[in-house]
Amino acid sequence: MGGLFSADAWETVWRYRSTFLHGLGNTVQLAVFALLLALVLGILFGLMSSGGKKVLRAVARIYVEFIQNTPLLLQMCFLYYALAFSGHSIGILRTGMIALGVYHGAYMSEVIRAGIQAIPKGQTEAAQSQGFGYIGRMYYIILPQSIKIILPPMVNQVVNLIKNTSCLYIVGGADLISVTYSFVTGANTGGAYAPAYIVSGVLFFIVCFPLSTLASVWEISLKKREAQVNKNLAAGTAAGAEEGMV
Amino acid sequence: MDTLEASLSMLTSQAILSYILKGVAFTLVIAVTAVILGLLIGSVLALVRNYCNKGGNRVFKWIATAYIEIFRNTPLLLWIFICIVFCPVPEFLAHPMFGLSSVETTLLYKAVVALVLFTSSVIAEIVRGGLNSVAHGQFEAGHSQGFSTVQIMIYIVLPQAYRNIIPTLLSQVITTIKDSSYLANVAVIELMARIGQIMSAAGRYNGLGTTNVSDVFVLYGFASLIYFIINFALSCLVRYIQKHKLKALPAGA
Repeated sequence: MGGLFSADAWETVWRYRSTFLHGLGNTVQLAVFALLLALVLGILFGLMSSGGKKVLRAVARIYVEFIQNTPLLLQMCFLYYALAFSGHSIGILRTGMIALGVYHGAYMSEVIRAGIQAIPKGQTEAAQSQGFGYIGRMYYIILPQSIKIILPPMVNQVVNLIKNTSCLYIVGGADLISVTYSFVTGANTGGAYAPAYIVSGVLFFIVCFPLSTLASVWEISLKKREAQVNKNLAAGTAAGAEEGMV
Repeated sequence: MDTLEASLSMLTSQAILSYILKGVAFTLVIAVTAVILGLLIGSVLALVRNYCNKGGNRVFKWIATAYIEIFRNTPLLLWIFICIVFCPVPEFLAHPMFGLSSVETTLLYKAVVALVLFTSSVIAEIVRGGLNSVAHGQFEAGHSQGFSTVQIMIYIVLPQAYRNIIPTLLSQVITTIKDSSYLANVAVIELMARIGQIMSAAGRYNGLGTTNVSDVFVLYGFASLIYFIINFALSCLVRYIQKHKLKALPAGA
């Protein structure tokens, strides 16, 4: 079973533990920088696609549709080879950060757009009537309300981002998955398939599980609170109607 | 722009074009297979995770929960690698078929198993969302009419749950088509892998003897166009269904 029960194989993995931790470090580093880029792009295009300017909305739409409807792997290969063959290679890690950031930026932008559009239009109109400009309106009125709608799906995107760092493998990356694969096929360390895959899987799980659990618990409690608010509102109007009748 | 012309000439070659289009067919077949099998496994997992709450049955709930969480929180590529090494292949599949060698069919089988395992955990959560959206009164109404729990599931709850998740499931087809590109990492014969193979020998096919930037643009541009057309059509369908469902709901309520 690929060394699942062989003490030797486990010992090899333990001896090379720094390799795995280095891979994990690369994956986390990639994820953090890609996340920053994704957030910047997401906020920019999210605001563009929920704003009033038709041209800006169209630009944001094209970006989102094009990125969401093609595989990340393809974007990664395209970017990497285009840079390599034109002689502008910037290294696999940096290429990966850009590809991942641009890919998840499209998803972030959709999450932010949905969050902003979930706020009733009356809020915007009320803010306008009080003389708020675009930035003041967004900063003081709209975003504080939509942030709680935005955050749970955004955390889910972070989980996807961390898992998607494995796309670096196709161009020979240095992330956790690539490191694991070169470990199990390496000349000195080859063959310890089961222990290496288990270690790599557990490392991913340790990083991703708390995040995805946080996202789903958050979402459920948000829905519950919303349902409670609606119930109270309904009860309030019902009570009001009864009073009116008396 | 001699190099661009040379790169474009690759796409006019009948052999290369049919090679790529066969890859597209494989991508679609792989994705649809994965979603259908994933829906079967995912539905069972979702039902077990949601409703096995009593006594000894809870063991099954824990197993289903563990399965879903483990696959949801680890990358697909890891499972592809694991299946390549550990997945047993039935004897009758290890033969040449569909114009593939026996090595390619076993590889295809193993990679598809990985994709199905991974997709089923995602679909299980989608189905669970659908199950939770069915009002609790439906169970009580079913019980009051003398339905057994299994009958309630089959005749009352699941049909409503499935109808609610049709748009999400179609989006999952898009995701799975994109995810199937990860199979290119182990040289399965779908679109992305075939583009990669042509790319690695582009110098030979474009007649220049060297690979240029224009080859990258032409090949990957062509592939992204194909992916885009398929997925954009699907996402338009999703939006159409969502819009009509929103319109239908107030009328029904």
